[in-house]
Amino acid sequence: MDLVLHLPVIGLLLQFVVYLIGVMITNGALIITLSTPIALGALCGFMNERSGVVNIGIEGMMIAAAFAGSFAAAVAQGGVAPTGGGLFGASLPLLIGLGAALATGVVASLVHAYLSITVRADQIISGTIVNIVALGATAYLSLLVSQRPPQSAGSFSSLTIPTEIVQVPVIGWLATTFLRHGPTTLLMLILVVVLQVMLYRSRWGLRTRAVGEHPRAAETLGIDVIRLRYRNVLLGGLLAGLAGAWFTLDYGNSFQPGMTNGRGFIALAALIFGRWTPVGAFGAALLFGVADALGTAIRQSPPTGDLGGFLAVVPEQVFGALPYIVTIIVLAGVVGRSTPPAADGQPYEREATAR
Amino acid sequence: MSLRRVVSLITVPALSIVLGLIAAGVIMILSSPLVSSTGSIDVTLPLVAYWDLLQGSLGGFDAITQTIVSATPLILAGLAVGIGFKAGLFNIGAQGQFLVGGVAAAGVGAALAQSSPLLAIPAAVLAAAVAGGIYGWIPGFLKAYTGAHEVVTTIMLNYVAIQLIAYLITGPLRAQGASFARSPDVGAAALPILIGRNGHLGILFAVVAIPIAWWLMYRSTVGFEVRTVGANPDAARYAGMRPRTIIILTMTACGLLAGLAGAGEILGLSGYMPAGYSTNVGFDGITVALLGRAHPVGILLAGLLLGAMRAGSGLMQIDAGIPVQMVDVLQGTILFFLTAELIVRYVFRIRAARAAVSELETVTRSYAGQTTP
Repeated sequence: MDLVLHLPVIGLLLQFVVYLIGVMITNGALIITLSTPIALGALCGFMNERSGVVNIGIEGMMIAAAFAGSFAAAVAQGGVAPTGGGLFGASLPLLIGLGAALATGVVASLVHAYLSITVRADQIISGTIVNIVALGATAYLSLLVSQRPPQSAGSFSSLTIPTEIVQVPVIGWLATTFLRHGPTTLLMLILVVVLQVMLYRSRWGLRTRAVGEHPRAAETLGIDVIRLRYRNVLLGGLLAGLAGAWFTLDYGNSFQPGMTNGRGFIALAALIFGRWTPVGAFGAALLFGVADALGTAIRQSPPTGDLGGFLAVVPEQVFGALPYIVTIIVLAGVVGRSTPPAADGQPYEREATAR
Repeated sequence: MSLRRVVSLITVPALSIVLGLIAAGVIMILSSPLVSSTGSIDVTLPLVAYWDLLQGSLGGFDAITQTIVSATPLILAGLAVGIGFKAGLFNIGAQGQFLVGGVAAAGVGAALAQSSPLLAIPAAVLAAAVAGGIYGWIPGFLKAYTGAHEVVTTIMLNYVAIQLIAYLITGPLRAQGASFARSPDVGAAALPILIGRNGHLGILFAVVAIPIAWWLMYRSTVGFEVRTVGANPDAARYAGMRPRTIIILTMTACGLLAGLAGAGEILGLSGYMPAGYSTNVGFDGITVALLGRAHPVGILLAGLLLGAMRAGSGLMQIDAGIPVQMVDVLQGTILFFLTAELIVRYVFRIRAARAAVSELETVTRSYAGQTTP
């Protein structure tokens, strides 16, 4: 084994795999945290695309929600006496911020729903408009706000796990990896399971799949296609809002223009990679989480031996670009074998009814 | 083209601009407590801001020159997006192609800084075009042979380009002795100034690109094939065209144009590339292409309009205290009304025949289809 590890290329690759597994075990919690906005964004895309609406504006919805959440929380912080404590260290300003983020996600998705469902505009262009307005408006407003910056309301804290549980060998690892998180991450984990079950086991899921595959047939059976699409897109906006809240109220506590850094687009790739199912999309999001966490891990605890020597030569920007490169490779490699809902991206026009 | 047709083509974009200006004005009014020192609502703020935009873009020779200089990369990026539309491709990667072209121009320009301009300028411009072309070829190839949609791949490549430039400028291309991370001066490769304070040779790239693009699109065989592939890839294949080749060719041409825009900005304006070079050319190019209805002449006009906004935004920031990012919001609101033609029609009571940009309808179809052409 030791000999194998010192072979020129294969050895290096094996060492890397061993190191990667180590990173995944020791940084499991970080990986899940970093994959939260991607998974939530993918769930937003799932809600849209399963009912036949392509949503490329997730990025914009996220950043708008991130700004609104941080701004509302900070303003509320100045207005009310902070009464912290409780679960996740939730204070009133933080909850107000969360509410503002969710509401902003819904408003942004309303624009997309209106353009793509009612106006029947090209859905890619509709989503692009959401992105342009949201990125521009948040940069504009955050610059204005930064002239007299209100005090940050801080952020939600992680769920506290009793030390007795943490010390139990396997259960302790599971608990710290999957449960020691802020509210958005935990909600994401719950939503992945709930939506997966709902998709295949509930009336809503059946109807959504029908509308996404064959809206005309669904309408014939008495499903209001337009209404269902609106409802799903707006619910998706709620999820994008939650993803936005992750940036400024959970993982971080301040807003920077452009801070979503393409997570909304990576989420789309995760959705495709996960074959338009919540659990699949979550799995894909984890992959991006790993790519994201790898750079951090290498900086904090660089591997030793040949691999360490090799990675020391690799410029840090390679790790910065890694999630994006992984996205491209995933899309190029998987897309042909991943089938979207049949009516995805097609505007629905009701047949003229006799009156 | 008859006058009536021209009017009907221009009506909706023009009215969208009007509504977009009004909507952005409302945003300015709502955010005015943050702008003014008194912290109260200021209803006249949009008027001041728009007057500044006008003054800064058309008020005098220098301002007009600045408008043309600002419009140049927007026109090239608009073509880079608009030509893609014709083939049913949505190139959001003009940003990355621009950056890669810019850094190639900066690198080659710096290497030839001591040589003759007759050698340095063509070499640096060519390098930018080739680099941008390669960066456009990648998503084109991926789309043609794997079905990876260009919307996602080009956006990802934009982020990769940022990292690539950060690496190059802080690493191998870093200028020795500079106070901040930047590439060395391009020296002999700097584009000569033709008019005014900074009206550089790069303006001619856009001036030349417009007629060439028009001729290629509407008068050449390859342009016909591009438009056919955009309208109906299956029909194109049945007619003996090769959609894959056309897609790759179109994306490469788009990248080349965006790369040229990068060369103009680096060689003509800054003379070097800083590590934190930021630009909005990619998104602006989308607005220009949509506003110009993907037609070269429309792109020229839309590019000049947005160039005027960019040129005037500096004065707006200084005088009215409105951050230049307002221009991005303005673009978004204009685009919103352009897309929601329904609202424009309703507000202005226009009953015109549906003058939709038919090329654009193929974009989403190809996204959801996800099949290899």
